[in-house]
Amino acid sequence: MSASVAGLRPVGTIPGRWARFRSWQRRYGLPALGGLIVLAWLVIAIAAPVFAPFPPDAVDVSVRLQPPSPVHLLGTDELGRDVLSRLIFGARISLFTGIVVVVVGGLVGTLIGGVAAYVGGWVEEVLMRFTDLVLCFPPIILALAIAAALGIGTTNTIIAILVVWWPKFARLARSLVLQQRAREYVEAALVAGYGPGRILGRHIIPNAVGPLVVLLTLDVGNAIITFAGLSFLGLGVVPPTAEWGAMVAEGRELVQQWWVAAFPGLAILTVVLGFNFLGDGVRDWLDPRSGL
Amino acid sequence: MLRFLASRLATVLGMAILATLAIFLIANTVPGDPVLAQLGDQAASDPAFVARWRHEFGLDLPLWERYFVFLRDLLHGNLGISITSHRPVLQDIEDYAPATLELATLAFLLALVVGIPLGILAAVRRDSWIDHLARMISLMGVSAPTFWLAFIVLAVFYGQLDWAPGPGRLDPISFPPDGGTGFYLYDYAIRGDWDGFRDAATHLVLPVIVLAAATLGLITRTTRASMLECLRQDYVRMGRAKGLREKAVVIGHVLPNAMIPIVTLGGLAYANLLTGAVMTETVFSWPGLGRYTFQSAATLDFPAIMGITLIVAVVYLVINLLIDLSYALLDPRVRQ
Repeated sequence: MSASVAGLRPVGTIPGRWARFRSWQRRYGLPALGGLIVLAWLVIAIAAPVFAPFPPDAVDVSVRLQPPSPVHLLGTDELGRDVLSRLIFGARISLFTGIVVVVVGGLVGTLIGGVAAYVGGWVEEVLMRFTDLVLCFPPIILALAIAAALGIGTTNTIIAILVVWWPKFARLARSLVLQQRAREYVEAALVAGYGPGRILGRHIIPNAVGPLVVLLTLDVGNAIITFAGLSFLGLGVVPPTAEWGAMVAEGRELVQQWWVAAFPGLAILTVVLGFNFLGDGVRDWLDPRSGL
Repeated sequence: MLRFLASRLATVLGMAILATLAIFLIANTVPGDPVLAQLGDQAASDPAFVARWRHEFGLDLPLWERYFVFLRDLLHGNLGISITSHRPVLQDIEDYAPATLELATLAFLLALVVGIPLGILAAVRRDSWIDHLARMISLMGVSAPTFWLAFIVLAVFYGQLDWAPGPGRLDPISFPPDGGTGFYLYDYAIRGDWDGFRDAATHLVLPVIVLAAATLGLITRTTRASMLECLRQDYVRMGRAKGLREKAVVIGHVLPNAMIPIVTLGGLAYANLLTGAVMTETVFSWPGLGRYTFQSAATLDFPAIMGITLIVAVVYLVINLLIDLSYALLDPRVRQ
């Protein structure tokens, strides 16, 4: 019982500075932290050559598998490459692939779902059955099969992930457009003589875009984990490219030299946490009820 | 009800057949060549050998014919011959499935047994320490990459502390129970071989925890959100107003109403565990379907890829069907 009244303050009291800070922190603390983490990683990725103390591919077997030290802050791997430098350059690939997958997948999904909902009839039937078909595969398995069939490489793996990524956006976009289509402003636009493309693109989708943005933000983290996972399985990047999933794979048998695999994984964890904090915040902001 | 069941079953079957077509087209129209992937440069440079090899696996037939051969075989319970292991794919899958099912089922149970009570407590004592703990666990669970978590757990509890055994299902020196079902815990227990049972059980601890982590996060999060939603309803106030104890309100009234999203997610989570096993099994050298899938993909073993994808897709569809049916059990309104 007490839990339900814990969030309320007695009527007539004015919150102090501390209480106001606490309430700000409760609402915006984690999203702000998430935003900071993501921003920091973006800066690191863009300015990688500035931050990295060594070239990411510089092999020096005389210093192989050294534990973290003042020279090599995060130690060195089996070929004597600096783990920190590889980790910094790896941020480029992870962030790039995560954002590309989500943006392209989001656009394709929104387009397919939007067209399906707006046109209706057999077009909707065909498009949505196709969406269901892709959704009835477990994403990782399907992406794995496609990536393996296309061959190893960043672009091919992104394509493989995209194939399994768009359906959830299509589903959401369809339900959002169906909601919007019944509104008066759509009728007004029809009366004004606008074509279907313009009504969908300029009127309906901008109005339905909120929940899509949330799903997009939350999803960057998932996309990054998925790409790193395929990379870990040997399907993501061509060696010796520095990529976090591949780095964990290179170090996965070295349980004594834990730093080789531990730090790249930690990098994935922080960036994904950042996007999740941020996404939760955006969701609360758009729909105050969902965060309760 | 019977009619509903029949129509749902027909849909599931239709989707399964479409799924085979989809995966068949993906596997056969992309640039990767299984001949080169399999034979290596030496053998692939001999055209006669390549032609014989293609003929043996039916790779010289037109695409649509190959698909119908595949479908016909399917009706006879034949998923084709694996290009890598030269054994029937179905037999491979049967051999590898128990290891994965044992792992995934235990991980699922762990996630449910911890996740649902944790989610309920977090919702009931909102903003208390247990709520913060639950949110932290669920966030970490969904944010930590499984393959990394597997490595960390192995490095700490096996590499550093030596509390747990290394990768694999058994110690390298022990023999697996011969015959049997392939579910080692069951096989050893039925034989009364408790040393073997302990061996298998201790090897299961770490991979089960790792595999459960992501699911645990999702289940905790969903349970909490669903409970919070239901705690706001009028019948909760009603229950309290008529003097029910808080426990009776939560367990008797809120929980049953909050179950539908939890069941939906739980069912999908189990299907996902079967595939999440790909990462866990790779790190723990676990001889299950996950590792088999990965190896088949890496060697472009199309019959094996198709067989696995088909079976997992069918499992997916069946679980979805069961979820739909469970609504009728959980919600009297659906039954009418």
